[in-house]
Amino acid sequence: MSGARGQTHLWVVQRVTAMLLGIAVVVHLVTIVTAVRGGLSAREILDRTQGNEAWLAFYVVFALAAGLHGAIGLRNIAAETIGLRGRGADLAWLAAGLVTAGFGIRAALGLYA
Amino acid sequence: MAEPASLKVSVWRGDAFRRYEVPAGTNQTVLDVVTHIQREIDPSLAYRFACRVGMCGSCAMTVNGRARWTCRTHVKRVVGEDGALELRPLANLPVIRDLAADLTPFFDKWQRARGTFQPRDAADGVVPEGALVNVVPEGALVNFVPEGTLGNVVPEGALINDVPEGALVNDVPEDFAVVPPASKARREADAGIECIGCAVCYASCDVVAWNADYLGPAAMNRAWTLVNDVRDGARAERLDAVAGDAGCHSCHSTQSCTERCPKNLDPSSAIAGLKRTLFWDALLGRR
Repeated sequence: MSGARGQTHLWVVQRVTAMLLGIAVVVHLVTIVTAVRGGLSAREILDRTQGNEAWLAFYVVFALAAGLHGAIGLRNIAAETIGLRGRGADLAWLAAGLVTAGFGIRAALGLYA
Repeated sequence: MAEPASLKVSVWRGDAFRRYEVPAGTNQTVLDVVTHIQREIDPSLAYRFACRVGMCGSCAMTVNGRARWTCRTHVKRVVGEDGALELRPLANLPVIRDLAADLTPFFDKWQRARGTFQPRDAADGVVPEGALVNVVPEGALVNFVPEGTLGNVVPEGALINDVPEGALVNDVPEDFAVVPPASKARREADAGIECIGCAVCYASCDVVAWNADYLGPAAMNRAWTLVNDVRDGARAERLDAVAGDAGCHSCHSTQSCTERCPKNLDPSSAIAGLKRTLFWDALLGRR
């Protein structure tokens, strides 16, 4: 991961997830604004998401993109500000990103089931 | 701006600033000021210059907090109303003495970025006999060739792919490497080719300050000119050399290099070009 090849791939992942987030955040915000009209209830949310594969897929992709994008960004900030670099750090950041994504995916599954 | 009769020049002497009073002159450059100090006031002052006309890239210093080529910087453009001038060596580089920075790391990084032309087919750059003509990008127009030159052996306006596929190179003069000047790749290369290696961009780059391994704008600008050189044969190795955290992927595109390049080059766009090329190569599994 600390080789130039791995670093290039991290960069590509961050750019691609940024593109996905650009779309996903818009969909997410439009959904929020639309959903809260006339009050917001847990029942209303579950009615929309339970058993709906499209929403499940959307939030899984969203969570994965957000987790990876954030972790790679923090990795770069840590490298430039406190000099935290190297293979171990990279693997730790990747793990942090996947765990973050895992929490989001778990929440999406909870809304689907 | 009213021009002061004399300049109050603070010069970094390794441990502290020393102040000198220098008579102001018309069309005076910052290098003239430094030379006056060394020749008339304090012969122990160390600095570097060679051509005095903006060609050699030797005389760059930090002038009032900003890296500049001193031989082409008029005092009146940078001096304050009180005649104050502050001179330091270039940032981000070891200092040899006083105003002379050590450019060794800067040029080492040109090497690391594979900044030397590597002929594609032959040691001297001549395309060997028997090689196919279609090294020229297909569809490129021929009519960039000025009339009266060798170009008019090809009908004006003819497309390159009128050349029969599989034609042998010895249909064109043997020592003539065909590089269409109007092609996109050649225009990209031409845009960055006039670098004089003054290290103003390198001294102005925040990423160099954060990461001592970072190649810096000039080395990658050079690499981008070679990536776009159709005669060059080391494209893949060069892209490997400029990839990753010590290379183009750490650039924040803040563009200090482009803003401050005395030759008005655009290393920031060159680095963006490297990122773009590597992005598609990585995404399409080409590396």
